[in-house]
Amino acid sequence: MRIVLEIWRQKNANDAGRFVRYEIPDVDHHMSFLEMLDVLNQQLIEKGEEPVAFDSDCREGICGMCGFVINGVPHGPVRGGTVCQLHMRFFKDGDQLRLEPWRAAAFPVVRDLVVDRSAFDRIMAQGGFVSTRTGSAVDANANFIPKADAEQAMDMAACIGCGACVASCPNAAAALFVSAKISQLGLLPQGQPERDVRAIGMIGQAQKEGFGHCTVIGECSAVCPKNISLDAIARANKDFVRAVVRYREMAAGGGSG
Amino acid sequence: MALDSKIPSGPIEKKWEKAKADQKLVNPANKRKFNIIVVGTGLAGGAAAASLGEMGYNVKAFAYQDSARRAHSIAAQGGINAAKNYQNDGDSVFRLFYDTIKGGDFRAREANVYRLAEVSANIIDQCVAQGVPFAREYGGTLANRSFGGAQVSRTFYARGQTGQQLLLGAYSALMRQVGAGQVKMYPRHEMVDVVVVDGRARGIVTRNMTTGAIESHVADCVVLATGGYGNVFYLSTNAKGCNATAIWRAHRRGAFFANPCYTQIHPTCIPRSGEYQSKLTLMSESLRNDGRIWVPKKPGDKRPPEQIPEDERDYYLERIYPSYGNLAPRDISSRQAKYRCDEGRGVGPGGLGVYLDFSESIKRLGKKTIAERYGNLFEMYDRITGENPYEVPMRIYPAVHYTMGGLWVDYNLMSNLTGLFVGGEANFSDHGANRLGASALMQGLADGYFVLPYTVSNYLGQGGLGKVDTGHQAFKDAEKEAKERYDKFLKMNGKRSVDSFHRELGDLLWNNVGMARSEKSLQEALSKIPAIRDEFHKNLRVLGAGNELNQELEKAGRVADFLELAELLAWDALQRNESCGGHFRVEYATPDGEAQRNDAEYAYAAAWEWKGPGQPWNLNKEPLTFETVHLATRSYK
Repeated sequence: MRIVLEIWRQKNANDAGRFVRYEIPDVDHHMSFLEMLDVLNQQLIEKGEEPVAFDSDCREGICGMCGFVINGVPHGPVRGGTVCQLHMRFFKDGDQLRLEPWRAAAFPVVRDLVVDRSAFDRIMAQGGFVSTRTGSAVDANANFIPKADAEQAMDMAACIGCGACVASCPNAAAALFVSAKISQLGLLPQGQPERDVRAIGMIGQAQKEGFGHCTVIGECSAVCPKNISLDAIARANKDFVRAVVRYREMAAGGGSG
Repeated sequence: MALDSKIPSGPIEKKWEKAKADQKLVNPANKRKFNIIVVGTGLAGGAAAASLGEMGYNVKAFAYQDSARRAHSIAAQGGINAAKNYQNDGDSVFRLFYDTIKGGDFRAREANVYRLAEVSANIIDQCVAQGVPFAREYGGTLANRSFGGAQVSRTFYARGQTGQQLLLGAYSALMRQVGAGQVKMYPRHEMVDVVVVDGRARGIVTRNMTTGAIESHVADCVVLATGGYGNVFYLSTNAKGCNATAIWRAHRRGAFFANPCYTQIHPTCIPRSGEYQSKLTLMSESLRNDGRIWVPKKPGDKRPPEQIPEDERDYYLERIYPSYGNLAPRDISSRQAKYRCDEGRGVGPGGLGVYLDFSESIKRLGKKTIAERYGNLFEMYDRITGENPYEVPMRIYPAVHYTMGGLWVDYNLMSNLTGLFVGGEANFSDHGANRLGASALMQGLADGYFVLPYTVSNYLGQGGLGKVDTGHQAFKDAEKEAKERYDKFLKMNGKRSVDSFHRELGDLLWNNVGMARSEKSLQEALSKIPAIRDEFHKNLRVLGAGNELNQELEKAGRVADFLELAELLAWDALQRNESCGGHFRVEYATPDGEAQRNDAEYAYAAAWEWKGPGQPWNLNKEPLTFETVHLATRSYK
């Protein structure tokens, strides 16, 4: 089948950027979306044009490296998956698709469809962990954890840090990403001692990075390739309020918003 | 050169204790004076960088991805082994050790494997403490499942995302150290050389993948945890970016490369669908707990699976290996799948596939239980193939998955190049000629959390490290070489893309150095690889510039190294005149098609020494002595 792509081309962070139209005449139904871009890039190289830069690594939906917007929807039209898991059989002959990078002030464009998501790492460094030294752990079965809690923590832990939630949000909020980690650790006994500082630290850092506020629109959860639910945000908000009340002085010291 | 494996004396169960008791320590105030470079942030690298940072060393950690959290350990699905014996089914450190040695077809070093089994239990404790949400029973205790090559249930798991959860645990520990200022992260940085000063590894040269800047980094020692070289085959279950450049560049600087021919072909992957295929996707081995593998009894039977009656199906693993059945180890299961397809009994397009069927388990346990265990894997399969495995059997076929070979290391995980440590899949140490399922995660975390922090400290504690800075001639030379290499790619302006060479190399290796190797096929590979390499260096087209994000340029550097490594892989396979584990030479098979080892002549690790471009490698042998287990024919029947 024939697919028409309008792809955002931008040489670097300082370039203005523009859409460029490409036509691929012979797309196979079994191809993945990224394999179609591979084919396009081979054709561009043959013609002596620079290939389209896009991130991908595992190509099985787990590393979180890939992601761009297809016709306004992060990771494209099929729910619950990343763009590397999207296959061309979901499209039809003659489809016109507009590809653009994640758009958010906190995710500057590096080139074409590649953005800089290092803000997520800096948020994680402000509390997305349990402070336990290597070798200091008690026996793994010393704490019994109800299966339901473990399952719910796993639902939250499934986040791959791709950034689709930010790209979909009209406020460019990182609330779903941040709250998934706060919720995972908040649901487990190991996460309790640092529950307050974690909420304050991570949410505060997200604000410093220039992500917007959450107004519970829910676009994030709708496009999340791991189907992380809005419950995460409710949980994190609760943790944040609780933490601020309990640690008012710490919040006043900076970082909480 | 004589290889000193530095195995501590004493009985096997006391060796690690002795090594720890004998080690030199670095006092807390002095730790901050040492700088350590860790390349790669997967399970081994991430865990090592976090632990070393926590201990007080200054650590620089490097990753080619945009974040440490994306290393390919993340894609491991099924689980991690540990000798906890929580199931009370007779497991023990010794049994895990024995299963791993036997699973590796008696080609691994006993002392290393014993230590691996010994620390396995600590790993689970550590990960649970970090908040890794392992699967649990209703009573709140940890759940286990079985994996190939074992008759006990010792595999811990987090749905089908165990690697992801373990990696995020290590990543969170790492980010904690980044926040504390103990570790400095360098994402989107690729290591392009190791720098050796006065016979010791003292730093690396990197390429900043965003700006193209070639930069030097000095340290007191270097840890490589950069994964395996499976992508030399182009199509594999590895991530697109996985590459061998770090270990290959270290090899060219003097580190021996051991057993490159030990490559693992995983039996349960989704078959390829066309020429454009960019990678292959694994379906976790854990599926074989509840899925039954079969092909039609009649060759060329084109009926859809549901129309083939029970008595016309061949559940060949259950038939040939009654005691392990569908959980026969990977090398064996892959080979049997190949035999069935060679007999014309393969299913799906091109006859390159076998069925993995869940209908009986769904009947027995209900769809809900199966969904709970494997839901995300079923969904992944459905997305890729458009077929629903709850309704029709999966079609699977073997694919390159893991490489047991890697840089040679001693008991302390230090290569023969002093000051260069190698952890995880990048080293050769623990899996012999075949790795058992759920053991890669175990080895990565064992190396990163529980071995390297000790052995690196011991090295630094011995002193003798002079002051070196990036002004040293060795750094200047390495930077210059790296710049020239990339400039050459950009200036060549030939006709063919990097991918076209990589695919050509991959096809050649898969057909001649893949699941079945012969003297003839290996000779063919050895005659053709240099020709592809020569053309690559004359006719390559890399567009764009060197001082910006240039993904083609990145690939060019990696494929150039694969083109050298491929030759060593085939050469190693040719000189090993036996079959063992993942290395199967058709000339050395038992009458029923099983691997025929030759312990009298080949019970050694082949550690290859680089002698310069175009020069033959020099072979150094580390004899493998088995004091604790008896060399036996590996049988799963």
